[in-house]
Amino acid sequence: MSRTEFMQGNAACAEGALAAGCRFFGGYPITPSTEIAETMARKLPKAGGVFISMEDELASIAAVIGAAWTGVRAMTATSGPGFSLMMENIGYAAMTETPCVVVNIQRGGPSTGQPTRAAQGDMLQCRFGSHGDYSTIALTPNSVQEMFDLTAKAFDLADRYRVPTFLMSDEIVGHMRERVTIPDAVEVERPRPLAEGALPFEAGDDGTPGFAPFGSGRAVHVTGLTHDERGYPDTTDPEAHDKLVRRLVAKIESARRDIADYEVVNPDAETVFVTYGPPSRTVEQVMRDRPDDSIGHLRLRVVWPFPEFALKVFPNARTFLMPELNMGQMVREVQRHVDQPVISIPKIGGELHTPAELVRVLEAYR
Amino acid sequence: MIAPDWFRDDRLPHIYCTGCGNGTIINCTLAGVEEMGWKRNETVFVSGIGCSSRAPGYILTDSLHTTHGRALAFATGVKMARPDLHVVVFTGDGDLAAIGGNHFIHACRRNVDMTVVCMNNHIYGMTGGQGSPTTPPGAISTTTPYGMSEPAFDLAELAVAAGANYVARWTSYHVKELTKAVVAGMQTPGLAFIEARTQCPTNYGRHNKLRSVPAMIEHLRSHAMLVAKRDRLVAEGKPVPEGTFTVGELVRRSRPAMGVQR
Repeated sequence: MSRTEFMQGNAACAEGALAAGCRFFGGYPITPSTEIAETMARKLPKAGGVFISMEDELASIAAVIGAAWTGVRAMTATSGPGFSLMMENIGYAAMTETPCVVVNIQRGGPSTGQPTRAAQGDMLQCRFGSHGDYSTIALTPNSVQEMFDLTAKAFDLADRYRVPTFLMSDEIVGHMRERVTIPDAVEVERPRPLAEGALPFEAGDDGTPGFAPFGSGRAVHVTGLTHDERGYPDTTDPEAHDKLVRRLVAKIESARRDIADYEVVNPDAETVFVTYGPPSRTVEQVMRDRPDDSIGHLRLRVVWPFPEFALKVFPNARTFLMPELNMGQMVREVQRHVDQPVISIPKIGGELHTPAELVRVLEAYR
Repeated sequence: MIAPDWFRDDRLPHIYCTGCGNGTIINCTLAGVEEMGWKRNETVFVSGIGCSSRAPGYILTDSLHTTHGRALAFATGVKMARPDLHVVVFTGDGDLAAIGGNHFIHACRRNVDMTVVCMNNHIYGMTGGQGSPTTPPGAISTTTPYGMSEPAFDLAELAVAAGANYVARWTSYHVKELTKAVVAGMQTPGLAFIEARTQCPTNYGRHNKLRSVPAMIEHLRSHAMLVAKRDRLVAEGKPVPEGTFTVGELVRRSRPAMGVQR
């Protein structure tokens, strides 16, 4: 039995986390993400978990990483400026292979920008925002139901690949209210335990080491310095750095087919919309209004690692159209994987594209 | 005194400079842990960045060597998620009081049940001897070539004001007293802050006519004044000698604390 409720996207995100077994939330208030913290503050203590309002976003992600190393599922939620503040420790989580979830309810930027309006302006920041080379996973819900489902899924991916995983939502989905089906139980996949005799950062064939949380008696030294498989600093050997960083990137990039999650409509289409997050809702409206097999739609629920093979699902595609709530961030990633023209349909200012706006571009390019 | 069971033998030799006081403070802290009877698999050491923060890497427990200034925020997550684990933080004056200042006051305010040992050498050691928030006025460093022009933070007073349940200050000369303070701090529920002033002959002493290790330790010893003596001088209306700092227990109280195992 599951139950159906009418709720806000941010509340559904918190519910998804709770259902997935999240038991630690450290955060700092920021519009438009605060309802996630508020819901967690109310519900986590009753679920035997810990909610703590930290002094800033740097502390929030730090506390989440500390909690994650004790073996609990831990998350934080923020918006653009707070996300920027978290970047150093997000790199630390990538380097130390700490499983954790960061929710970004995006708003208009740069800087303080438009706190109460929607944007998708942090899509490259979530991939490249910290210093050095690394790779992460980013999910992009387009409905309140997906706020629940993808938040729960983010914990599984974080645990499986031992990587900070992002839920890249936005003010529209965060604040909209829709019907959500909440299952009684969510299946949970925890990190593979560190095998007896294995070194703490010794990766198997899949590139991800087993996990020995604090208190399990394995005396794991965790450091953000370049380290060997024992976890000991090894900061000047070019080979040690090359081996570690290549593995951190490869464990995610080589799993892109397993991590990928997308929807395809009309694979024989000649004009194909590529979307993620709420612009997909406008495309769905356009396609409902004008049933036409020559118009296709690829909707990404995972944007990083980028599933370039999904673009090959449209063998007859002559043009790709990409509406985004930014000045064209993910469009670059599409362009570098296809030979056809990729038309960016950027929109900033806080409002979603209207169907008429997309139809105008559609008519111009088909 | 030494707790050899706690050392990560395969990490030696360590990276500390000749004459550094950090080893003394690690020894005193491990002696405290031993005295408490804490087990290795239930004790976690956390640190930020800098000379002090390399200490957990030499200790045979789970340990978290984090980002600059953030050790207390990481430690808060560890302790709040697993109150049954003992959490000890090593930090330095730059790590704790400059970049980590906000985390420091808030960890003290929350009074999270952990032990924070600050190796205060009055300088940024690892980056080559730049002035820190505890560099004394007039002292020479690579970024204060004409003498430090800013007032210094009193870290222990700051911890008292911010709400920590236990605060003490000693030096690398006061080995027995420092160990006792660590133990008392570990016994006190809530945040225990122990400032250990220590010598840095390489990057502090060299620029300040204290190049020899004995000279630096003697400088610490001779400028340390027991809290009780300072209080007596003040009560009697007598002047407190210039350049002295108080040592001893500054506060032991039982304000509400977080993360205390029940």
